[in-house]
Amino acid sequence: MIRRSATEIAAAVNARQAAAVEVLEAQLARVEQMEPQIGAYLAKTEELARACARRVDERIAAGASLPLAGVPLAVKDNMCLAGTVTTAGSKILQGWVAPYTATAVQRLLDAGCVPVGKANLDEFAMGSSCENSALGTTRNPWDPERVPGGSSGGSAAAVAAREAALATASDTGGSIREPAAFCGVVGMKPTYGRVSRYGLIAFASSLDQIGPIARTVEDAARMYDVMAGHDPMDSTSLPRPAEPTAGGLRRDLHGLRIGLVREFATKDLGEEIDAVYQSAYRQLAALGAEIVDVALPHAEYGLATYYLIAPAEASSNLARFDGVRYGPRGNGTNVQEMYARTRAAGFGPEVKRRILIGTYALSSGYYDAYYVRAQKARTLMAGDFEKAFGACDLIACPAASSPAFPFGAKGDDPVAMYLMDFYTIPMSLAGLPALSVPCGFASDGTAGARELPLGLQLVAPLYQEARLFGAAHAYEQATRFTLDRAPAGLEGVR
Amino acid sequence: MSDGARYEAVIGIECHVELKTSSKMFCGCRNEFGGEPNRQLCPVCLALPGALPVPNRLAIEHVVRAGLAFGAQIPVASKFDRKNYFYPDMPKNYQISQYDLPLTTGGVVRYRRADGSEGSCRLTRIHLEEDTGKSTHLGSGDGRIAGSTHSLVDFNRAGVPLMECVGEPDIRTPEDAVAFLEFLRLTFLYLGISDVKMEEGSLRCDANVSIRPAGTSAFGTKTEIKNMNSFRSVARALEYEIARQRRVLAEGGRIVQETRGWDESEGVTHSMRSKEQAHDYRYFPDPDLVPLTLDGAWIEGLRGSVGFTPIAAYDRLQRGGGLSVAQVRQIVEDPALTRFLLETLERKPGDDAFAQATANWLLSDVARILGREGISIDGQELLTPANLGELVELASGGTVTSKTAKELLERMMAGGGSPKEIVAREGLAQLSDPSAIASVVDEVIAANDKSVADYKAGKENAIKALVGQVMKVSKGKANPQLAESLLRERLAQS
Repeated sequence: MIRRSATEIAAAVNARQAAAVEVLEAQLARVEQMEPQIGAYLAKTEELARACARRVDERIAAGASLPLAGVPLAVKDNMCLAGTVTTAGSKILQGWVAPYTATAVQRLLDAGCVPVGKANLDEFAMGSSCENSALGTTRNPWDPERVPGGSSGGSAAAVAAREAALATASDTGGSIREPAAFCGVVGMKPTYGRVSRYGLIAFASSLDQIGPIARTVEDAARMYDVMAGHDPMDSTSLPRPAEPTAGGLRRDLHGLRIGLVREFATKDLGEEIDAVYQSAYRQLAALGAEIVDVALPHAEYGLATYYLIAPAEASSNLARFDGVRYGPRGNGTNVQEMYARTRAAGFGPEVKRRILIGTYALSSGYYDAYYVRAQKARTLMAGDFEKAFGACDLIACPAASSPAFPFGAKGDDPVAMYLMDFYTIPMSLAGLPALSVPCGFASDGTAGARELPLGLQLVAPLYQEARLFGAAHAYEQATRFTLDRAPAGLEGVR
Repeated sequence: MSDGARYEAVIGIECHVELKTSSKMFCGCRNEFGGEPNRQLCPVCLALPGALPVPNRLAIEHVVRAGLAFGAQIPVASKFDRKNYFYPDMPKNYQISQYDLPLTTGGVVRYRRADGSEGSCRLTRIHLEEDTGKSTHLGSGDGRIAGSTHSLVDFNRAGVPLMECVGEPDIRTPEDAVAFLEFLRLTFLYLGISDVKMEEGSLRCDANVSIRPAGTSAFGTKTEIKNMNSFRSVARALEYEIARQRRVLAEGGRIVQETRGWDESEGVTHSMRSKEQAHDYRYFPDPDLVPLTLDGAWIEGLRGSVGFTPIAAYDRLQRGGGLSVAQVRQIVEDPALTRFLLETLERKPGDDAFAQATANWLLSDVARILGREGISIDGQELLTPANLGELVELASGGTVTSKTAKELLERMMAGGGSPKEIVAREGLAQLSDPSAIASVVDEVIAANDKSVADYKAGKENAIKALVGQVMKVSKGKANPQLAESLLRERLAQS
């Protein structure tokens, strides 16, 4: 059962061909088997999962039909799930039990999902490899010597390793799309405001967005449909209704103009990777899309812009972790000492770096030069996309700058790590919906390197999630890169 | 000329007003003073990870109405900003406030001093923010943080909507500062937007004070005075601080820009922190809250709901000259009483005697009965501007005696109704017909030999006893002056 897609599991449970409790037990056994190799979860939530599964079976028995009946779910550990330890991968929240559930997670539970565990992530979702987690190491199912990507590394690895059918993830600058690409799964970031952020532990409020990670585009679309929609608890959630997407999946791309970004030429990514992307673009054309050339002249300022806005917001968002109301507290003879010791011990180096950058960028005398200018650059970038979407319906480009890299490869060079998100940050700044769908395999050219999955990023105009999923499905069904190939050693359970 | 006379003070007042709403500023928790500590809390106002603010519409309306009452401008666009600083009773370690786009700008507060003369002070702005929790410091013996061993925090107040009014430095004397504050307080009371109780902290104020040579226009160096807990302490603190600054300058020193706390028991201000220690609050727009667009029709609707302001009531009551300054002040203090009086006066516009008589009734007999019954003028429906107006007319015009009028008031306030109808139904009109009273006078003379003898023996007081008997026999209806003159007439004849 756990080899099946979420769509198939839900169909079987709704048809009473399988009980949610049976699916769950098989899933828990799989988790037990895989966790020593993968480490996708920071915590397993068996007890809650069993209660949820029983409840699903009761509802089905009572005649209900649930869109995600009995589907095992991994919840990224920066999302609150009542009664579970929720840490955001940080020592500063170690042992903190959430007393409430995030809106997006609640909608998934209401739709029949069964929460198997809390997935690992870079601390406070700051990172691109999961190496910044203070609480655990997650390995890439395609090569355990390599990172799963980040920040939603636990979510992507759990889905790739069949430790869950679906996973919640969050994307601030690429944190859904990059790990999805690294782990050969589908990851989608909705339009900013589509999915409620209530209960998502904030990193950068104006960029954070929850989205699905799944093994198929259809699964991701179904999961998105459940999570999307206005939430009165989140002022920034869009008041407009979210159009269902799962019904609009396509088999071809006729009538769609797909833009290739002039500034995103893949030649520099290496011959092997370049070939994968060129082949992907040809496949889009073969499916009937008209390929056009578009420009994003300000995209090159994406990283610089992002690394002012995101840390600025983070420096303020993370101020609440002070040891006063929850979380471990450092002792001191006065309150300043208590703050300093709590935060010095609680935050990891990358989080501290970003708090410092953000505090500096917002400081009196620097605010106009940094924060205000970054906001202007952000507006220019959104304008670039608007212009580009005048000439095309979707944009196609890489989801990450390389395949999954070995642990420690980026060493202590934060900028090398930041560059992983070069292709995903501009869309985040513009608030656009974008996804990564597997588009082939390549080695990174190092001796003896295994073949690793690559992700094709598709980007749609604001609110056009249906178009995005529709096209991605056509591409996925035509190519089947990871539908017919599981990570080495996992073939038996594909 | 003394040193003091050569300087004038320049005073600017800022005050914080807790708004009266059923729920807090950004969450659904009750907004209620007191209560068991830490019971009015939720994930939002306790700043749990993942919680998000949603603004309280009523609080926004309250602030806009406050601005409109003073003739302020209401902008088309406003927004919330984050004011970042760490304090244990501020859960997020930033306060949601408004920086450069407050809800109202400009406006003028007109006020009346104790002697009835008029003054005014311009407003800079009014903005909306959230209150903090409350800290209690233990172990220091005197409740101060210095020397304390630990502190307790009550977050019930955290997130209560707080309006900040900033006044221009137009005020020159402590007396005017108090009069300004009184009219601010009364205006908010009239608008029904706050309890404005200094003792419960729902009205708190700070003052900026500087002095300069009289007749010059440049500002001197200012100090900011905090911790003034009553209007009386505002007056005392300002008087002290002005005298202190004069003394410093007279001794050849210079004023240091700093924050000074008022010590109520010692009657002095003492330095709290200097300008150099001032915070850099790193204001930036709150990304969790969408910018506010203020609709013109909505503003006009609020303008229509402002109603009577205390200064307008004051002007109207004083205009005719029928009421003393003390009476006007006493009435204007009570918005319900003022409304009641003004409505009553509409029966006889421009009639000073009627105005004075009505005010007298309200401040004496009506107030006494209300006090006895423990109700307020707007907490009852039996006495209305219409029947009180009738009663005042009946009494002033001599239709009923003052004794009957008082009885009528009691009956009206116990059972309602028109005093004219009661008088007509029960024949309570004053007896002013000498022939009707004459028979009663004769009866009384015949039945009171002792008093008659006393009177004739030169005991002038005996006439009062006889008048009393006439009133008793006539059931209070006899015109007492007429009764006395008839008695004297008859006794002189006999």
